[in-house]
Amino acid sequence: MDLELILMQLFSGLALGAILVMVALGLTIVFGMLGIVNFAHGALFMVGAYAGLWVAAQTGSFWWALLVAPIAIGVLGMAIERFLIRPLYGRSPDDPLLLTFGLGYVLVESVRITFGTDGIPFSAPEALQGVVDLGVGYFPLYRLFVVGVVALVLLLLWVALEKTRFGLIVRAGARDPLIMKVLGVDVGRLWLLVFGLGVGLTALGGVLAAPMRNVSPEMGTLVLAEAFVVTVIGGMGSLLGAVVAGLLVGIAVSMTALFAPEMATIVMFALMALILLVRPQGLFGRPGAGA
Amino acid sequence: MAMLEVEKLNAWYGPSHVVHDLSFAVEEGEIVALVGRNGAGKTSTLRAIMGLMPRAEGRVAFDGTSLLPLGAHARFRLGLGYVPEDRRIVPGLTVRENLELGLVAAGRTDVGAAIDEIARSFPRLKERLNQQGTTMSGGEQQMLAIARAIISRPKMVLLDEPSEGIMPVLVEEMGTLFRTLRDQGTTLLLVEQNVEWALKLAGRAIIIDQGEKVYESSAAALLADKDIQDRYCAV
Repeated sequence: MDLELILMQLFSGLALGAILVMVALGLTIVFGMLGIVNFAHGALFMVGAYAGLWVAAQTGSFWWALLVAPIAIGVLGMAIERFLIRPLYGRSPDDPLLLTFGLGYVLVESVRITFGTDGIPFSAPEALQGVVDLGVGYFPLYRLFVVGVVALVLLLLWVALEKTRFGLIVRAGARDPLIMKVLGVDVGRLWLLVFGLGVGLTALGGVLAAPMRNVSPEMGTLVLAEAFVVTVIGGMGSLLGAVVAGLLVGIAVSMTALFAPEMATIVMFALMALILLVRPQGLFGRPGAGA
Repeated sequence: MAMLEVEKLNAWYGPSHVVHDLSFAVEEGEIVALVGRNGAGKTSTLRAIMGLMPRAEGRVAFDGTSLLPLGAHARFRLGLGYVPEDRRIVPGLTVRENLELGLVAAGRTDVGAAIDEIARSFPRLKERLNQQGTTMSGGEQQMLAIARAIISRPKMVLLDEPSEGIMPVLVEEMGTLFRTLRDQGTTLLLVEQNVEWALKLAGRAIIIDQGEKVYESSAAALLADKDIQDRYCAV
């Protein structure tokens, strides 16, 4: 088989994986720090895409959509944490799980009622249309842009978590909220910000993914399943795990589509089963780690 | 007015009523030892004062401010430090980062200066600032937990069994540190199983048994009264 084709498929896998990284990061941040499995995460990805579509339609600018929609949906996420999830802290872990499961349905149906059930095209800006010569072949410029944006977000996130006082508080709060309380940190406010950040990241994934597919109410369903697979492969709660596993799954799906298209949809599950057999805690998870 | 006033404090873990109508006061600048058998309610009392019990009723005032309506973080901000029994050194963080956590709420930006200052009182930590906190010995972790609680200079520190499982030489070092803190004006409420050591440090002593206060006197008087010690503090 043509080496150029394989390399092109590899780049396609990177772009697909980059979107998965954004969604899985949000999922794993919220799980790792708040101990909540957010089943509404896929729906919030979809709402992010619709918010981007709406902002782009109002302003005529993709760039405004890319900036405003994740922030707005992140704020919506903070409201969800404050008014719906916070009253459930300290209760059975099933309660927030059921709540977010139901919330996912409410969000999907709300979007269906507002925007209809048909997929809506969302074009990339003119500056990002076309292809670019990578030396081994031509690659869609927009997909390259997606990989670049995700790399930048990862860099900013790493700096924020590892090099700032806020990051120190978040890391410590994730490991031991009690000690942070007795050292004067309002942990409730911290969780509000963390939940907003997690939701903002998935919304950013939604806006970035929108020009690569039609925006539809169901677009979050498959992404949620994929993000769960990525989170489990990487290790629940591990940020590095989400990044590595996201790219791994993206590339695995893309390469399988090239060699055995009929296997493409199940390869990630096979990969998850294989990794769990060898490392039950996932690639970067800690044994027995949980909320 | 005492710095800490506890009046008819009751506390519960679920249906278990573990602190019963407890009343005592701690004056500014003194060390008070809270002693008693295992399971007597000493730790629960500290946790209730710090806002960590699921349910607590009564009145607890610190510097005139009623504490029970406030969260633990707000109590710290009033100047109340707490060293928990299990130390709770945050895994994955260095000694320096653990110390920095103690400065977060104080909003101090001169982290380097504050850490240099605290390291003078804790020479063992100074040599290990870049080491992961949880890789140190139990005694060193205890020193770190104390340093982290006092780095922001709280007015009062609640200490839960600081000598537990620590080498005697470090326990002596800790005693010297507590006396220095007291001389500098910091008030200490010390829960201890090591009764003799605690009574030698403290000015006053309170015995708790089955969640109730059963005895209060000067520490010297209790130190001399072996009968009372045997009745309420023997393992």
